[in-house]
Amino acid sequence: MVNVVWLLLLLTGIVVAALNGDVEVVTTAALQAAQTGVNIALEIIGLMALWLGLMRIAEEAGMVRFLARLVRPVMEFLFPSVPKGHPAMGAIIMNLSANILGLGNAATPFGLKAMQELQRLNDNPEEATEAMCTFLALNTSCITLIPATIIGIRVAAGSSNPTEIVGPTIFATATGMVVAVIADRVLRRRWAKRHRR
Amino acid sequence: MLSVVISEISRWAIPALLFFIPLLGYLRGVKVYEVFVQGAEEGFSTAVRIIPFLVGMLVAIAVFRESGAMELLVRLINPVMRVVGAPPEVLPLAVMRPLSGGGALGIAAELISAYGPDSFIGRLASVMQGSTDTTFYVLTVYFGSVGVRRYRYALTLGLLADVSGLLASLLICNLLFR
Repeated sequence: MVNVVWLLLLLTGIVVAALNGDVEVVTTAALQAAQTGVNIALEIIGLMALWLGLMRIAEEAGMVRFLARLVRPVMEFLFPSVPKGHPAMGAIIMNLSANILGLGNAATPFGLKAMQELQRLNDNPEEATEAMCTFLALNTSCITLIPATIIGIRVAAGSSNPTEIVGPTIFATATGMVVAVIADRVLRRRWAKRHRR
Repeated sequence: MLSVVISEISRWAIPALLFFIPLLGYLRGVKVYEVFVQGAEEGFSTAVRIIPFLVGMLVAIAVFRESGAMELLVRLINPVMRVVGAPPEVLPLAVMRPLSGGGALGIAAELISAYGPDSFIGRLASVMQGSTDTTFYVLTVYFGSVGVRRYRYALTLGLLADVSGLLASLLICNLLFR
């Protein structure tokens, strides 16, 4: 599916630009975006180093294992294919905690770490595992308790009650998360059926 | 009141983590600096590994957005928006949200300042922005970092979560703020 989406984004963009008589836009947009991709990667090197360094300390001190033990039943339900006490669990928990607290830039390093650990359990390294799909669905739909950025924007815009959106936001992300967990189970079963030989 | 609490929490979160993790590590006998450096080493290689995936996805999204195709898509789904009770003004945000975090934040900020943070559109935009994530970016970066190329049903799943988050935002805002 990602191949089709990627191709469609690119081709429709070029066709629309051509129809608008402004095909140069494609050139500028493509070249700029390519540069942006590299810039983003460079910018996150520092963040990655900082959080992965801290996480290693937290791991060696046993903090991650402690956290993992607290939420073990939930994790076992969500990730039945990941063995007990596997380091992937710790990284997933750190990633989700960072997301919940709204620490967006800490979430990414933990998330990438979790993916690397999950990849170790993958027999077919080119293809996503079920646990990876579950993890990404949780990650993108995860409950955010403190949407700090948007509250900041509301404060700056002079809102009389900048945090009134916190409750509704929690409701909306919780709904998204519940749907994600259910849909994950359904899609997983359908996929397994279709690809059984 | 709540606003003060939340802004204080986000002000203190990172300093607190930087304070307590190394301190607790030291108390438990971890060679804190050495271990930190070992962990940090992985940062560089991971960041470099995601570059090709990032470039591929960002180029396609930028071409789609800048060419005017995004606008066209927004105009196309507008009738559907009216049916579900959404003001058409927030549609660009809904379409942009899974594609580009920065882009979506820009649109949300624009809507909030244009219509006012306490207007229905301003509140809805705030909730929508806070309740979903940049699915395309996350999938690209996360799968890219380990070299996974076939995503299986992950994209469908992520977009499903986005759509339900957006619909839930709409529902709750219509109930509370209309």
